[in-house]
Amino acid sequence: MRGTTEAINLVAFSFGNRFVGAGDEIVISVLEHHSNIVPWQMLCERSGAHLRVIPMNDAGELRLDVYQEMLNPRVKLVAVNHVSNALGTINPVVEITRLAHQVGAKVLLDGAQAAPHLRVDVQAIGCDFYALSGHKLFGPTGSGILWGRSELLDAMPPYQGGGDMIRSVTFEKSTYADLPAKFEAGTPDIGCGIGFGAAIDYLESIDFDAASAWEMDLLRYATVRLSEVPGVKLVGTAAQKASVVSFLLDGIHPHDIGTILDSEGIAIRTGHHCAQPVMERFGIPATARASLAFYNTPAEIDTLVRGLAKVRELFG
Amino acid sequence: MSELRDLYQEVILDHGRRPRNFKVLDGANRKAEGYNPLCGDRFTVYLEVEDGVVKSASFQGSGCAISTASASMMTEMVKGRTEQGAQALFHTFHEMVAPGAATPSGQPKVDLGKLAVFTGVTEYPTRVKCATLAWHTLNSAIEAPGATVSTE
Ligand SMILES: Cc1ncc(COP(=O)(O)O)c(C=O)c1O
Repeated sequence: MRGTTEAINLVAFSFGNRFVGAGDEIVISVLEHHSNIVPWQMLCERSGAHLRVIPMNDAGELRLDVYQEMLNPRVKLVAVNHVSNALGTINPVVEITRLAHQVGAKVLLDGAQAAPHLRVDVQAIGCDFYALSGHKLFGPTGSGILWGRSELLDAMPPYQGGGDMIRSVTFEKSTYADLPAKFEAGTPDIGCGIGFGAAIDYLESIDFDAASAWEMDLLRYATVRLSEVPGVKLVGTAAQKASVVSFLLDGIHPHDIGTILDSEGIAIRTGHHCAQPVMERFGIPATARASLAFYNTPAEIDTLVRGLAKVRELFG
Repeated sequence: MSELRDLYQEVILDHGRRPRNFKVLDGANRKAEGYNPLCGDRFTVYLEVEDGVVKSASFQGSGCAISTASASMMTEMVKGRTEQGAQALFHTFHEMVAPGAATPSGQPKVDLGKLAVFTGVTEYPTRVKCATLAWHTLNSAIEAPGATVSTE
């Protein structure tokens, strides 16, 4: 896969065209990245299905009580992220999956933001599809994974037709290759795949539990330090969070914050994080977001906090 | 800090904090919306044009300090100019912050006056769109009033 985006589009096209029809429902959440919204809107447009959106509370946690009421036998698929890239919320995906299965719906998890921070066990979660991107795992851009249950993938038609995905081709009829080749038409980006493999080998070689524990320490430290800065408001304060801190500073636009911090050697992400509905939910145009990895240090968080003092000096 | 100060000059900070002509313009007969989908900045530019001359200009919306200051100073600078004069200012300004970017040939260069404070933007390629959003919107208000322009 080229990444999470292509993985989700594959499922929306291939699973969607086979198993979703007029009057059916797709459930997503307000926390989604655009890549887990738009493919489903496109599917709904061509199939006559309806899109339903799980809301969240002010902390950035999905409203499971509302979700439960939304579920009914017309729901064919629930597609939510495992971890929100905009707020860091870790969604209760085991519970979300269990409830979806009770009404016969399949579950796709967008794991782009989860895979770098959490140990992911798709069997323990029980989901049906899991999508992720290589570039969030220190791999090359344009690489990714779609994991799916083989009985589902077998039942789904191919996504693209071409070379390498066939068993035999005649003008009367072509037959398709077994998994995974059935979904891999055409010459892939081989170098990219090798690079992604090396990144995964690296992640397997480190003590991932220790890395996760370090990230949690960083998250706690960053949350405390940022909360002490006058004018800082954290956006996304879920009880279960990955090491992502989204924040606002007074009325100062996040792009201006980003430019100043850049000059201090701190790279953050600013903007709507491809999650405009999240911004709309909070009534803000954008946030500044520090996404912490295990290679970050408390000293860098101190630099970030000092940088914010500079921002206030300049714009205050 | 010095390059930063070139970007965030006092005049820019001032207009970013207290934008001028930040209102809906009563009597406006041209209007356009500008939007940068990558960062979410969004402005509406209002013009009152009489006999080909911009009598008055205003804007509303939300954006960063650079885009807000640029919009604010633009509304001051285009007042009293002909439509062509305002467009010439747009093209000259655009050429200054993004040298070599597609500028229609044959556009006369004009004196930028106090808009020269935006030269620092050239060192920050990601901020060029902030500086030019309101200007693209102005251009569209003149050429295709009522339209929405997008920087992408
Ligand atoms: C939660 C989430 N979903 C999906 C994506 C899209 O990933 P990609 O652009 O690699 O397909 C991202 C990455 O920005 C993300 O953070």
